[in-house]
Amino acid sequence: MTRILALAVVLTGLFLGGCSPIQPWVKPYEREHFADPIMSFSRDPISGSYFDHVFESREGSRGATGGVGGGCGCN
Amino acid sequence: MQLIESVMRRQAPFVRWAKVLAVLCLVGAPAVADVLPDDRADALYHNYSGGGITIQGPSVLVRKKVGQSLSFTGSYYEDLISSASIDVKLSASPYHETRKQEGASVDYLHGKTTYTAGYIHSREPDYSANTSYFSVSQSMFGDLTTVSMGYRRGWDDVFRDIKVNGVLQNDTTFHKQVDHQAYTLSLSQILTRNAILDINFEAITDQGYLASPYRKIRYLDPTVAGKGFTLADQIYPNTHTSTATSAQLKWYMPWRAAVTGQYRFYNDTWGITGHTIEADYTHPWHKFIFDGSLRYYRQNAANFYSDLFPRANYQNFMARDRELAAFHSISVGFGFAYEFDFPWINKKTTLNGHYNHLIIDYSDFRNALLTGNGYTVGNEPLYKLNANVFTLFLSLWF
Repeated sequence: MTRILALAVVLTGLFLGGCSPIQPWVKPYEREHFADPIMSFSRDPISGSYFDHVFESREGSRGATGGVGGGCGCN
Repeated sequence: MQLIESVMRRQAPFVRWAKVLAVLCLVGAPAVADVLPDDRADALYHNYSGGGITIQGPSVLVRKKVGQSLSFTGSYYEDLISSASIDVKLSASPYHETRKQEGASVDYLHGKTTYTAGYIHSREPDYSANTSYFSVSQSMFGDLTTVSMGYRRGWDDVFRDIKVNGVLQNDTTFHKQVDHQAYTLSLSQILTRNAILDINFEAITDQGYLASPYRKIRYLDPTVAGKGFTLADQIYPNTHTSTATSAQLKWYMPWRAAVTGQYRFYNDTWGITGHTIEADYTHPWHKFIFDGSLRYYRQNAANFYSDLFPRANYQNFMARDRELAAFHSISVGFGFAYEFDFPWINKKTTLNGHYNHLIIDYSDFRNALLTGNGYTVGNEPLYKLNANVFTLFLSLWF
């Protein structure tokens, strides 16, 4: 009985904890580095998508590069 | 020519799940913002040179916001191709052709959700491709997390050029079609005040004519004096499904520089497994930003690939496309960006250049052009590709 009660208390605690909003652990005023262009994953989309296309045309692998490519011949 | 992607008749379970997730996201995307892309114009020149192929041309990209919640993007891309590659020399004739591609998209920002829809059209003398796409991106948890989901559909027409009396023209008896579908899921997560993580998943299915109508397989044929092999048409499966998962981690260094580590795992229903590892370093200096990158890639061969088949009609599916062979490659890249104010309008402008040297070492693709010239069939040296790729472009923020 004690075990069930303890489990119920833990589960209730977890449940209620899940209801509270997640507090951002990196505050907005601590994010100045992400505004720096050097921290962008796609600083130059026109050139980045071109190099993705160059690799994709010569490799069996494709996808998960974060861009959208059009179909083409490419051999 | 060969296509990049296309739909599978019977979809795998993960594709069905991806579909369900995409639909849920589209229907139930709560209105909570993101930031629309900056107004920007880019004009680029690109050049690829290697393996007997030169591909060059211009590309333009323009983004413009209208009001607070809409952003439009237009793009144009052109390839001027001059090809005398090892495949072309073996089974076709060197050629010159042009590929043109136009694209348009719109971003709509509502609260913390960005909806994107777009269309791309590409055409060349023997290939026409259409792609439409839609995605939803949502910021959450105090903007520390951004989740994106997308769906893409493509439909292509494949033709074949043949030489008639020395003149290259369309083969009116050859017209094939290909369909593609792709599902994407992305997560961008700020980990600390100096680190951000990006995870991407993409499932792609193709259905239709997936081979190149120009490339050939070769099989042993002792009756051919000197060479000992005969060429024949490739036979590809009509379906292809792949999944790729990638992770990118970027750190901000204490001396204002950024280091990025990336890994991608790929596998597909043709038996190819691929691994991509990349490290990048970005370092600003006065009005310059310099980039350096090192990329390593390796894959095993597709299960119906062979450099040399034992005989004609050896198996149901047969291919000799280099992209399906086993190989590993290394690419070293450098880049720069120089910032200045554009004269007369005093807007931020950058002059940029990126250069990559690509080396591909094939493990089971041999130089069949050398057969009979000191080498017997099946004992030719393995093929190796060296290529130089660069872009030079101007970017203007307005």
